[in-house]
Amino acid sequence: MRHLLSAADLTRDEALLILDTAGELGKVTDRAVKKLPTLRGRTVVNLFFEDSTRTRISFEAAAKRLSADLITFSAKGSSVSKGESLKDTALTLEAMGADAVVVRHEASGAPHRLAHSGWIDCAVINAGDGTHEHPTQALLDAFTLRHHLSGGEGALDGRRVVIVGDVLHSRVARSNVLLLHALGASVTLVAPPTLMPVGVQTWPCEVSYDLDDALPGASAVMMLRVQRERMNAAYFPSTHEYSRRYGLDTRRASLLADDGIVLHPGPMNRGMEITADVADGQRSVIVEQVTNGVNVRMAVLYLILGARAEADLTEASQ
Amino acid sequence: MADAEARRGSTGPDASGRVLDADDIARVTRRIAHEILERSHGPSNVVLMGIQTRGVPLAQRIAGSIQDIEGVEVPLGSLDITMYRDDLRLRGARPLEVTDVPALGVDDRIVVLIDDVLFSGRTIRAALDALSDIGRPRAVQLAVLVDRGHRELPIRADYVGKNIPTSREQAVRVRLTEVDGVDEVAVEG
Repeated sequence: MRHLLSAADLTRDEALLILDTAGELGKVTDRAVKKLPTLRGRTVVNLFFEDSTRTRISFEAAAKRLSADLITFSAKGSSVSKGESLKDTALTLEAMGADAVVVRHEASGAPHRLAHSGWIDCAVINAGDGTHEHPTQALLDAFTLRHHLSGGEGALDGRRVVIVGDVLHSRVARSNVLLLHALGASVTLVAPPTLMPVGVQTWPCEVSYDLDDALPGASAVMMLRVQRERMNAAYFPSTHEYSRRYGLDTRRASLLADDGIVLHPGPMNRGMEITADVADGQRSVIVEQVTNGVNVRMAVLYLILGARAEADLTEASQ
Repeated sequence: MADAEARRGSTGPDASGRVLDADDIARVTRRIAHEILERSHGPSNVVLMGIQTRGVPLAQRIAGSIQDIEGVEVPLGSLDITMYRDDLRLRGARPLEVTDVPALGVDDRIVVLIDDVLFSGRTIRAALDALSDIGRPRAVQLAVLVDRGHRELPIRADYVGKNIPTSREQAVRVRLTEVDGVDEVAVEG
């Protein structure tokens, strides 16, 4: 694992290694000293071209808990707003001696470009690129599912997860479908036809347009945010109609299996895709997802920087 | 005690390089249990922390011996020091083992760290760092099954199963039933 660009890069064993590592690292949170010396002297750059609260803070907390030096770089207030290109920004980071770059970009594929262009030599971790992928979100969702559904061990074989909402604009949905499939769960995507991406039939999942049909007996339902900032056309007649057909309310949540849980990657539009009752209810694990995000990102930073150290050494000895 | 002293270094390796067999290991762990109790004036303040991987079954055995001798169950934990190693750059990331701190913690206790082989001392340095992030013990002691010399840091063991003089090129293999299916210590190479 030299970079983490897509959930598809992860084999089942690699995904399980990340989840197991995150489980152990999570214990640090309960200790008096919430810090490990592992990445002392390493530099992690948070490169955010797009607004983000929880992902950026989560990566910050993860890097700091592992004692890495952290540089946060957001497009607003940087030279990017003066028109600096991705390449020039990358060269600046390389010159600063970054060991890992955590990148969020509004263009799909930007992290891939950064990793494979030869501009920089450091590890690239995708923190969300356009409507493409958000692999660490999928990992923290899988971690949360595993914690509740299989006692925090093993994979998710035989479990069924329903992902509902704006699949078209969602990088979370794509990463989750790929990762959950690798972990043995079956996934059903539910959305209005206008919010299903072209070619979704080639994804390793089921597709449905009827939420009431998909929910009964499912182990978990993941609600996606309706991403108005990416919508440049009318995808559904009205918000009222959307929430009536695809919103999660108490009645629909009760259709889940007895141990079924409700996830949302945040930020939520309360009253739109999810009612406040369900968001704050018994089955909701939304707040827990945030905590798990830090643990999973610690595991990713540790494993990627560790693997690179090993690869560099092998190269040097040859 | 005198008996045990006499044993140390008295038996050389046999043809296969084996220096301790299952009976030897059983005797040695029982002696270490006695020595811990003697030094700490009983089991009341003692916490045993096994260092992953093979320190953990050794700690369990010593705890078992203390139970046999005193009828008291001492708190038992495990410590994974992977995240505290100073050689991430040299050896890369490795999967983590379980770190398990006893419910009452280590504050103000006598913590006995337990490991299989004492060599450079770097594992123990990492374990001391890990321990200081978990709490503040009154004292920390070290018990090892084998001390093979070649220290790179000013660290020594309080309880030693057997001192085995080795050259740096040799490898000391500790096998324990819980991990490897057999109890023995051998010097190879």
